[in-house]
Amino acid sequence: MLDTVFFSHDLLPALNKGLLVSLALIIPAGSLGFVGGVLLGCMRVFGPHWLRRLGDWYTALLRGVPLAVQLMMIYYALPKLGIYFAPYGAALTSFILCTAAYQSEYVRGALLSIRQGQIRAAQALGFSTWQTVIWIIVPQAARRALPGCGNEIIYLIKYSSLAYLVTCMELMGEGKVVASDTFRFTEVFLTVGAYYLIMVTLATWLLRWLERRFHIPGFGAR
Amino acid sequence: MSAEREEVLRIEGISKKLGGKPILDNCSLTVHRGELKVLIGPSGAGKSTLLQCIDCLIPPDCGEIWLEGQRLAMNDKRGLCAYRAQVGMIFQDFNLFDHLTAEENVAIALRKVRGMSRKEAKARALEELGRVGLARRALLYPAQLSGGQKQRVAIARTLAMDPRVILLDEPTSALDPELVGEVLAVIRDLARGGMTMIMATHQMDFARALASEILFMERGRIIEQGVPDVLLAEGSATRTRDFCAHLLEMGA
Repeated sequence: MLDTVFFSHDLLPALNKGLLVSLALIIPAGSLGFVGGVLLGCMRVFGPHWLRRLGDWYTALLRGVPLAVQLMMIYYALPKLGIYFAPYGAALTSFILCTAAYQSEYVRGALLSIRQGQIRAAQALGFSTWQTVIWIIVPQAARRALPGCGNEIIYLIKYSSLAYLVTCMELMGEGKVVASDTFRFTEVFLTVGAYYLIMVTLATWLLRWLERRFHIPGFGAR
Repeated sequence: MSAEREEVLRIEGISKKLGGKPILDNCSLTVHRGELKVLIGPSGAGKSTLLQCIDCLIPPDCGEIWLEGQRLAMNDKRGLCAYRAQVGMIFQDFNLFDHLTAEENVAIALRKVRGMSRKEAKARALEELGRVGLARRALLYPAQLSGGQKQRVAIARTLAMDPRVILLDEPTSALDPELVGEVLAVIRDLARGGMTMIMATHQMDFARALASEILFMERGRIIEQGVPDVLLAEGSATRTRDFCAHLLEMGA
């Protein structure tokens, strides 16, 4: 039957410890990656030609190479160039760089969806370029980008489990250790899966709430 | 007759090529205080481009613009913003800011460009919305307004900036026929109140009744101009009259 001692003494304490590390990866990677994505997206839409090209190349590279490979490069290859990362630092850096690339795609799409006419109207009222971007384009683009960016955060929660590849002991890593020690793979990974499912569910609720909070008639159906 | 009237806006020799094709060819015009100049002409004649060039939304290739005797330096960004804040522009498809209520649409430029406080801007916005008959719609978003109401909000937004002159680019063309009247009524009140305006339109009855002068454009040039009674007089062999007769035949 259900071995409660195994759960309460071995598995859950280990997973809770891993959960804290996971959260310490997801929250900063999610927020910094989002900020990076907004900057990168703006750069790719409003920047001078060379900057757009640079942004496009960056995105193509980060989206085109598996995240596991990027992690390996940052953790194992960069030291050859004299750049050393602790496991946590390597994972966090890699997640920020990767999620920013994906976020920039959602942001770019949202920025391009703002009708040219509104930009003209703002200029005709005497807005400078920056005022137009800040007061007219960004508030609308943010609402358009929210569902996509939220989706990326959900992905991030799950791909944070790759951090164990570079020995950063988060939820997945702790689970793996317990499983190899006890050979109880089924119980361990069912529980790990449940942890992720709960995190994703909470994040989904939060994102729904944000969408409702910032809803405006005319932006998507309700 | 307008010799002693004060000149508000003068443009000289405005030309514009897009993709190698000349769209505007050496256009010049002068507007005096309180005048309503009406631009007419077939589609593709360059009316819309001319109005956007006057507001420098499309930078002209060459030509000069004077507002109240001051020459506009088109490459000075600050000066350009200050100029545009004094020249109102009404678009065919309204171009309201979709994320702002009617009231905020009017108030935002007052706050960000004119530097008014939130409270002052709100009071002024409500006043202008009242002037176009929309005080009770102040809290609605563009998606909740009819086309005619949207255009009236756009007019209120422009009026709030106290423009020296307003450019109207076919303000009723995108409206359902039953909504045209409410927008024309607002523009008529402005004209009677002495607002200086340049308007591109196909509403010939309106032009005939209110225009100080009609400018007829074709292939990027202003080819005829004069008071409506002369240009449209029975038996006058003008292009303007031909065009209007043609519009009538088409049932416009």
